[in-house]
Amino acid sequence: MMRLTTEQQEILDGKKGETYAKIMETLVRYGELFGAEEMAEVTGQYGHLVTSFGLQVIDPVYKLMDELISAGVVSKQKFTMDPRPLDKNVPSGPIKDLVFYKFMYSEQKRYEKQLSKLGLKSSDAFSCACYFEEQGNRPKKGDILSWAESSAVVYANSVLGARCNRNSGIIELFGSILGCVPKFGLLTDEGRKATWRIEVKTSKLPSAQVLGSAIGMKVMEDVPYVFGLDEFLGDKLTPEVCTYLKNFGAATASNGAVGLYHIDKLTPEATELGTKLITDDARTYIIDDAEIKRVIDSYPIIWKNPDAKPKMCFIGCPHLSKTELLGWIHDIYEGVKENGLRTTTVPTVLTSAPGVIESIKGCKEESMAEEIGLTISYICPLMYCDNPLVHSMPIITNSNKLRTYTSCRFYEDDQILDIITGKGRK
Amino acid sequence: MKEFKGRVLIPGECSAQALVSHGGFNTLASYQTSFLTGDKKATCSDQNNPDIYKKPMAGVALCLPQTIGSTTGGMILFTAADSGRQPACMLFSKPIDSIGAAGVLLADIWTDAKMPTIDSLGDEFLDYVKTGMNITVKEGGVVQITE
Repeated sequence: MMRLTTEQQEILDGKKGETYAKIMETLVRYGELFGAEEMAEVTGQYGHLVTSFGLQVIDPVYKLMDELISAGVVSKQKFTMDPRPLDKNVPSGPIKDLVFYKFMYSEQKRYEKQLSKLGLKSSDAFSCACYFEEQGNRPKKGDILSWAESSAVVYANSVLGARCNRNSGIIELFGSILGCVPKFGLLTDEGRKATWRIEVKTSKLPSAQVLGSAIGMKVMEDVPYVFGLDEFLGDKLTPEVCTYLKNFGAATASNGAVGLYHIDKLTPEATELGTKLITDDARTYIIDDAEIKRVIDSYPIIWKNPDAKPKMCFIGCPHLSKTELLGWIHDIYEGVKENGLRTTTVPTVLTSAPGVIESIKGCKEESMAEEIGLTISYICPLMYCDNPLVHSMPIITNSNKLRTYTSCRFYEDDQILDIITGKGRK
Repeated sequence: MKEFKGRVLIPGECSAQALVSHGGFNTLASYQTSFLTGDKKATCSDQNNPDIYKKPMAGVALCLPQTIGSTTGGMILFTAADSGRQPACMLFSKPIDSIGAAGVLLADIWTDAKMPTIDSLGDEFLDYVKTGMNITVKEGGVVQITE
């Protein structure tokens, strides 16, 4: 049984009403399944919610929100959200627009109104990478969080040193409402120990997306401690390294269920505690060039015609950091020009956080992107691609997360660049 | 008949045919297409899970090690339960993961659906059970399997 404070017990007993009692019951039973003995106070400034889409078919969620609002429930902390599912800047067409706006995501406005009543931070607080400086939800080391969004949770735990379990949608809102979360798993020192030793023995820096995928599929929800990456990444968390770790973590979380990883000599806890973080009975997984190739070759191609010419390209799942966004614009621009083209060969969408997009307004990169026909959007590519109208469309991506959840075909960064800039094309 | 015993997370009894996922069950990837198409059978759309891809999930005894993938998973299971597309029961060979736990609890506390859930049934359970076998879930975490 979990020890509750007097206030928590009173809520559970119904002193604040039946709805609050059900919220507390959910968190208490959730914690008890994992042996939590008490609640931990949420100390991060903001929450982060994963369910950002007003999809018609998740009506039970809107009914739940109505129940919360009508019971006078308000979140103790403001929260940010995952990306919006729609953006009129992203190429579509009249049929898709009709389906997207009138049917699939017809509840978007209703849902955002509900979120505003419960505690949405602001109208532009929609990004899976809420922890970017430009988005303003960046926890401090040691902060206790009530977040969902697998890529954000794994980043907050691993790179920022905050403490957050891999909460589900709705559970994370309940934690923000009550200001407490059950103390278990990644909130405890013991739960943050690594049960896997990963030895990276590749001849060059592996693609973050593929390395993360390989580790995720191997360790599932366990905590890996990765050796060998410092040889390529160095020992400083520079913007470029953080970008690599963002993409790496997202792949570990979507291809497996990793909520925390340690990178030897690099991430905060590995820097402080080193191999003390590894349990005595940890298993070992060695990743060399052959293993990277095996993992890439294992990805199914589910296009009806595997030789189809791509009709669209998404880069930025999770959302691109500023460093990454600027880098892609330069690389694509230069590639297009080198190959004697005026625009990319495939309509290409770069997705990033609203704050990042705002920060490059008026910069030369904005004009460069416009000149070669790049679309820069705050959309969630997963939400765009995840519908029957788009399933049959040959879309390419450099995101392992997008590959996992949609019919998009995965290519590594340099391959994507060659395809969209027409390298080798006659 | 073979019998296994695990930890009761959501009590209840039921009988259903087994649908077995040897790899992690990716809740979002499995349910997403059926949500969008309104498919009441909840045909699995996870291309990365050949064990259950294109097989109906509603009303089956879903046997799995754990859930994996997006943290929308719990919300997805809750929505499936509220709209009658949930498995008849969920049987985890390993201790339940946090996303799966959220899903079965949200379904239990916030919907009228009944979805008995048992975890820690062991690796032998998942090695033994095959898709299509008959499963009976009894009180006390007992799972009976007949061919």
